[in-house]
Amino acid sequence: MPDTPILEVRDLKMHFPVNEGILLRTNKFNKAVDGISLSIQAGETLGLVGESGCGKSTLGRCITRLYQPTSGSIFFEGQDITRLKGNALLPFRQNIQMIFQDPMESLNARHTVGDILEEPFIVQKIGDRISRKKRVQELLEIVGLPARSTSRYPFEFSGGQRQRIGIARSIALNPKLVICDEPVSALDVSIQSQILNLLIDLQKEFNLSYLFIAHDLAVVKHISDRIAIMYLGKVAESAAGETIYHHPKHPYTRSLISAIPIPDPHRKIKRQVISGDVPSPIDPPSGCSFHPRCPHVTDRCKHEPPQLRFIDDKHLVSCHFDL
Amino acid sequence: MPLLEISNLTTEFDTDEGRVRAVDQISFSANAGETLGIVGESGCGKSVTALSIMRLLPQPMGQIVGGSVLFQGRDLTKLPLSEMEKVRGNEIGMVFQEPMSALNPVHTIGKQLAEGLLLHNDYGVQKALKESIDILDRVGIASPDVRMGEYPHQLSGGMRQRVVIAIALACKPALLIADEPTTALDVTIQAQILELIKELQTEMGMSVILITHDLGVIAETCEQVVVMYAGKIAEKGSVFDVFDNPSHPYTRGLLASIPRLTTQPKSKLSVIDGMVPGLRDLPAGCRFENRCPYARQACTKSVPPIQIVEKRHEVSCFRWRDI
Ligand SMILES: Nc1ncnc2c1ncn2[C@@H]1O[C@H](COP(=O)(O)OP(=O)(O)O)[C@@H](O)[C@H]1O
Ligand SMILES: Nc1ncnc2c1ncn2[C@@H]1O[C@H](COP(=O)(O)OP(=O)(O)O)[C@@H](O)[C@H]1O
Ligand code: SF4
Ligand SMILES: [Mg+2]
Ligand SMILES: [Mg+2]
Repeated sequence: MPDTPILEVRDLKMHFPVNEGILLRTNKFNKAVDGISLSIQAGETLGLVGESGCGKSTLGRCITRLYQPTSGSIFFEGQDITRLKGNALLPFRQNIQMIFQDPMESLNARHTVGDILEEPFIVQKIGDRISRKKRVQELLEIVGLPARSTSRYPFEFSGGQRQRIGIARSIALNPKLVICDEPVSALDVSIQSQILNLLIDLQKEFNLSYLFIAHDLAVVKHISDRIAIMYLGKVAESAAGETIYHHPKHPYTRSLISAIPIPDPHRKIKRQVISGDVPSPIDPPSGCSFHPRCPHVTDRCKHEPPQLRFIDDKHLVSCHFDL
Repeated sequence: MPLLEISNLTTEFDTDEGRVRAVDQISFSANAGETLGIVGESGCGKSVTALSIMRLLPQPMGQIVGGSVLFQGRDLTKLPLSEMEKVRGNEIGMVFQEPMSALNPVHTIGKQLAEGLLLHNDYGVQKALKESIDILDRVGIASPDVRMGEYPHQLSGGMRQRVVIAIALACKPALLIADEPTTALDVTIQAQILELIKELQTEMGMSVILITHDLGVIAETCEQVVVMYAGKIAEKGSVFDVFDNPSHPYTRGLLASIPRLTTQPKSKLSVIDGMVPGLRDLPAGCRFENRCPYARQACTKSVPPIQIVEKRHEVSCFRWRDI
């Protein structure tokens, strides 16, 4: 029996009501997250990849309980936290933190970095003024920012430095799980690698678990132990990172890998370009939601939604066929 | 003779805090039928270079203060604006990162396409409309006759970029300048758009200048590449020269810091320490000196001249032979 996972998500759904027409009556739903199950062990990184709008951020926000999911359950270290409220949620808020793509959105622009980093301790009523200031200094050092940063404001920092501030705040309370929502997507490559190294170091040092969300498969594969590929609110495939790269089974995973531009001018493999756009999660296609873009589509795919099934003990695929 | 030959192009901006030089004495040329990539991190001057070529710098702040842009033998920097307007759209087409910025939200797709054709050709309305439908069809837009009557907001990001490409190529320009045309798009859509540009280029025999921060995109689509850093050219050459034998420490640093699908997960990525200097505090010598692991005294004193590594492979570094 494996250890109790840090996080387990079972059949999670987040359906946003869509207001339409003059009466703004809700008769449709945006099925942003539509039946997702996954788990993350202590010290593990699960990478979550998919194109924009497939529901990655919504899933992250459900797990941190920024959104109240429509149905399904979220377990943290075995305890169901899906419907906890108020004070009962407080210890989990401390243990599950989030890093965002644009740190400016999550950092209060009118507060100094010192205040921003001290705030989590005040909210959780931890320590006195002196011990909090000391901890803030420690945090700055851990993420590689100068100690004098405390009196400066977020706008005085570059994008990479701001992401360091966001990371410092997310680890302030020694969380067990950090949801990283596209933390390096807006950064230049030379800065991106600095932040990825920092996240990997922090994980080793503090035994953090990550849910690492990104649309760049190469970045995700670098930082993850396992990877889940999402398409239209569902998991298309999940497996160890190396398995996803070397033995992808889902046609969508294959086309994602094939679409990544490789920085090697000698590689002249003909790309397998899939046609069409990602359909809307408001009116998803019938049957397998990938079927309008799938090079292997059959009649069955148009009518019957495939179930996520094990093809070996660690590799899940949602496709009718063994391709 | 190259189709486009840029020599010592220098562009400055008047700002509240004084004059800044965004592009500093850059020289490169693009041959007919070739794809030339410009790569570098944000703020290094890629877009300003493109806007300088097109004479679309924001006025009155942006000024070309030196150098020449020879296009088919004419110096575009000296052309009267009325002449330049004919060059734009007719002989040089342009595609930007954000397709909405190039489209008029209140006009139908058909009107915008047909107007371009009427402006630059001796066409009747019927012919322009028919040709517009053909072009939409050619750039991969399904039911083009229906799309003609739709507005930009009714299309997906990928479809909009196809429309912008259709408009840019309607008059069969000799040169297409594409500034981060796929940066805002998902990777499977990026693959579609890059393939489309490649196909149209072969078909029409035009040259392409492709601006991107993605070295993978450069390796897959370009013959020649110009690496920019802080307003200057660090290195240029064929993609094989530059990727196989990167001779500038910055190019090396960039190539080494990209996470690849083949790197060992969670291994340490190379980094380029520090960050790009602002235009107001550029180092006096080599622009890369404060981040360069090979920097010596000489590098801080004067700007390294352009040196020939091999025919058409040039680098601006004092120490390229030693590294
Ligand atoms: N707060 C919200 N209210 C309504 N719809 C939302 C909300 N957040 C996201 N959505 C919709 O849910 C879908 C998934 O969005 P998101 O989770 O942001 O995708 P991703 O992060 O993968 O790009 C999209 O169609 C988006 O428009
Ligand atoms: N209108 C402007 N006024 C002042 N500075 C500008 C203006 N436009 C661009 N710059 C500066 O010129 C430099 C190069 O910008 P740009 O060419 O847009 O970079 P990129 O390589 O990301 O396309 C940047 O430092 C930018 O701040
Ligand atoms: S000139 Fe000097 S500082 Fe500049 S890149 Fe070469 S070695 Fe580094
Ligand atoms: Mg998102
Ligand atoms: Mg730009």
